[in-house]
Amino acid sequence: MDKVFKALADPSRRKLLDVLRTDNGQTLGELCQHLDMSRQAATKHLKLLEAANLVVTVWRGREKLHYLNPVPIHEIYERWIGKFERQRLRALYDLKEGLEKNYEK
Amino acid sequence: MKNKAEFVYVTYIHSTVEKVFDALTAPEMTRKYWAHLNVSDWKVGSPWKHEDANDGQLRLVGKVLEKDPPKRLVISWAFPADKDNEAKHTRVTFLVEPGPNAVRLTVTHEELEPGSDMDKGIRHGWPVVLSNLKTLLETGSAMDTKTLFAFSKK
Repeated sequence: MDKVFKALADPSRRKLLDVLRTDNGQTLGELCQHLDMSRQAATKHLKLLEAANLVVTVWRGREKLHYLNPVPIHEIYERWIGKFERQRLRALYDLKEGLEKNYEK
Repeated sequence: MKNKAEFVYVTYIHSTVEKVFDALTAPEMTRKYWAHLNVSDWKVGSPWKHEDANDGQLRLVGKVLEKDPPKRLVISWAFPADKDNEAKHTRVTFLVEPGPNAVRLTVTHEELEPGSDMDKGIRHGWPVVLSNLKTLLETGSAMDTKTLFAFSKK
């Protein structure tokens, strides 16, 4: 779990996860097109994300594809959020999302 | 450009490959962490079904495509309404690998129509199911599945 928090504690790595969430299963080259970072920096960040099991890689022929793996984040969620809070948090989240969406308009 | 969506989910579980494989295919186990029963004789070519543990309703159907217990299981996966429409069938691969400290379970879900109800549903569903499976096998009890899936339905 330390690895997950460490991996998430960096804006570039969170951005990498955002990019994968939009389009899952990308090569390093494809990922770099969306990011303001060098190949070397992206490789380093991906290694940390992979060690935290937040990114999973699969070889397809000669291409190494990167996938977002949200399972460890869900494990964190399960640890600190009880079954009774779940519904209330959902309602609060929906409220926040609805209000912020209207605010932007 | 890819025209089908695909997801790869991985969880590490302190258990044995046999127990993990059994937890995927035994209805009395899937009931505990998935709130659904996975029912089949699990022979290649046989149908499998996914029934709601609360109301018994049929939620998913498919066929067993490949099986190599306790390492690998490949199934097709569709809504009952799409049973005869092969174009809407998706594909799920379970890979169970032993590691030095834990079993690595990889779930690959392929052939999804981007933005479809199935695509949206499984994005919410798999992280819930897999972390709950891990909890069940490691602690002996799972989260309350009634509230678990209330959250993921959206």
